[in-house]
Amino acid sequence: MSTSPSTLFDKVWDSHVVRKIEDGPDVLFIDRHFIHEVTSPVAFLGLKTRGISVMYPNRTFATADHNTPTINQHLPVQDPLSANQLKALEENSAKYGISHWGLNNPKNGIVHVVGPENGITLPGMTIVCGDSHTSTHGAFGAIAFGIGTSEVEMVLSSQCIMQPKPKKLRITINGKLGKGVTPKDVPLFILSQITASGATGYFIEFAGEVFENMSMEGRMTVCNLSIEMGARGGMVAPDETTFAYLKGRELAPKGEAWDKAVAYWKTLKTDESAKFDLELTYHADEIEPQITYGTNPGLGTGITHHIPFATEVKDGAASYKKSLEYMGFHEDDQLIGKPVDYVFLGSCTNGRIEDFRAFASLVKGRKKADNITAWLVPGSHIVESQIKEEGILDILNAAGFQLRQPGCSACLAMNDDKVPAGKYAVSTSNRNFEGRQGPGARTLLASPLVAAAAAVTGKVTDPRELM
Amino acid sequence: MSLKLKEKNNIIKRKLLAFCFKLSANNRKMAYDKFTILKSTAVPLPIENVDTDQIIPARFLKATERKGFGDNLFRDWRYNSDDSPKQDFILNNLIYAGKILVGGKNFGSGSSREHAAWAIYDYGFRCVVSSFFADIFRNNSINVGILPVQVSPEFLDKIFNNVIGDPSTELEVNLEEQTITIVKTGDKESFVINGYKKHNLLNGFDDIDYLQAMKEEIGGFAAKSIY
Repeated sequence: MSTSPSTLFDKVWDSHVVRKIEDGPDVLFIDRHFIHEVTSPVAFLGLKTRGISVMYPNRTFATADHNTPTINQHLPVQDPLSANQLKALEENSAKYGISHWGLNNPKNGIVHVVGPENGITLPGMTIVCGDSHTSTHGAFGAIAFGIGTSEVEMVLSSQCIMQPKPKKLRITINGKLGKGVTPKDVPLFILSQITASGATGYFIEFAGEVFENMSMEGRMTVCNLSIEMGARGGMVAPDETTFAYLKGRELAPKGEAWDKAVAYWKTLKTDESAKFDLELTYHADEIEPQITYGTNPGLGTGITHHIPFATEVKDGAASYKKSLEYMGFHEDDQLIGKPVDYVFLGSCTNGRIEDFRAFASLVKGRKKADNITAWLVPGSHIVESQIKEEGILDILNAAGFQLRQPGCSACLAMNDDKVPAGKYAVSTSNRNFEGRQGPGARTLLASPLVAAAAAVTGKVTDPRELM
Repeated sequence: MSLKLKEKNNIIKRKLLAFCFKLSANNRKMAYDKFTILKSTAVPLPIENVDTDQIIPARFLKATERKGFGDNLFRDWRYNSDDSPKQDFILNNLIYAGKILVGGKNFGSGSSREHAAWAIYDYGFRCVVSSFFADIFRNNSINVGILPVQVSPEFLDKIFNNVIGDPSTELEVNLEEQTITIVKTGDKESFVINGYKKHNLLNGFDDIDYLQAMKEEIGGFAAKSIY
């Protein structure tokens, strides 16, 4: 490896280049590959058509999540098309000897929740999945990014992918997050500053006190949203918090192998004088609880603010107008007090135990507002068990909330969890695109605390007023 | 075996591999139609941040085969909830047609679903022009045989003005020369694509065959992997 100062990203990327193609991409070796039912069937079909096989089945892990119902998972899946995709995943995994965690398997859950919680995701790895939120795994100091189905076929058949090396962006935020400001608010704030395409072409390193003091769950939420900034992924240098989270996880190294691994992981940080193509710096004091008002995640602002005028945003005026029209909002509208119909807590962004703890902390001793339909969907069965063991379920039930079963659910509304046309949802997920949560559905992205405040008041509310 | 001999053997092995790759490349079935010169009218979609949920909504991702995605291209912009066509959407305006789709800035953002590129290809487009593409969409497009052409914001405006004003306006995309021309005005701009991907598109090749030909090298690499 080169001795000149290099970034965390360089260290991991360069150690995985099998071949550099002149005037072309790098051939990058992939340590871990996650697959799910929606983007893998055509890749397996491709293998069959070409008469080729899976090169390293033990490096690929399958879980069902995108299409799965979040109630009555013990019953056969009703939608024949979804059932067919789930069956294809099961059969393809069995055929090639890939670990498969289907519905009702105690390890089943959202791919970006189960990877880390089972110790499959480790620092210094390259990780891909046919899902753009694979960037989540970057929280461990791994290079992790989403790929298309042709690339899934590449990884299955050769354990490699062809990628030009992205440019490097470091986002540094020092200081201490204020009351009611959660990890989710940090990337939503960054998005409001740089837009939904501000980091396209880059790979991000998140640095500074805010990220150093964050839990692994929080770092996962941050890295998860790096794709919404246009970046392929984002990463945080591994540290004691990372090692403490991983130690004892089922597939993490054990004994002597653990010590050796930690010694290596400690080298995975950006050298002091290493150069980035772009550096951005903010301070924690600038960040308040955030909420989005438009139809891309870059159209968000502090919850106490008004909706900006077209002249104040970087999106073109015509696109901005279309966005506000879809949402039924106007320039200069106040966000606090906006009506809400649905609340969704869950997804690979905010479906982890810490998110449920935050939500419960605010609804404790209060009641769900009558006008609110709430979907609380844990990211995995392991999260679901924790919710029960920690007494969180009792708090939620007492406040009038029910818990559903794990899956991607209303984040992309492939299953029955669809927000009806014209209705407003405060959602802890990652995308507020038109129709994302159901045709005509209107999404306001926010943190679990803002979602909880909306759930008990029935409208957009600053959670700090309830704390 | 001496180190020198080993190195020599490796060189011979690599040359052999490259030869086999060429041989298999000549014999193999093309993954998609070759892309050389495309001269066509275009469909203008002057909207920014066209995300992959608009290109193909998630509820249409339930197939296990790559078939028929073009029918649901831009589904919710194109059809009402009762499946009747929305008259004001550009794909339902029959005066605009062609094999080139021209979109606003940050085209293809969001999900990694290759289904978005499949839908565009299946509908009949072979080239998408924009002033800025999302990274995953750009990769997916090339992998399915669609050429993403990134032009300057000024040139994009010129294309929009010409095409919207006169739907018979033809664009010529020349991959070999890496240029795009508005035929009637002669306005021309160059675009960037790396040599490897260009070679693939010109010949209808894809990455999987390339990687299959280097499996031994990959195996050697994997053997040293710490994970």
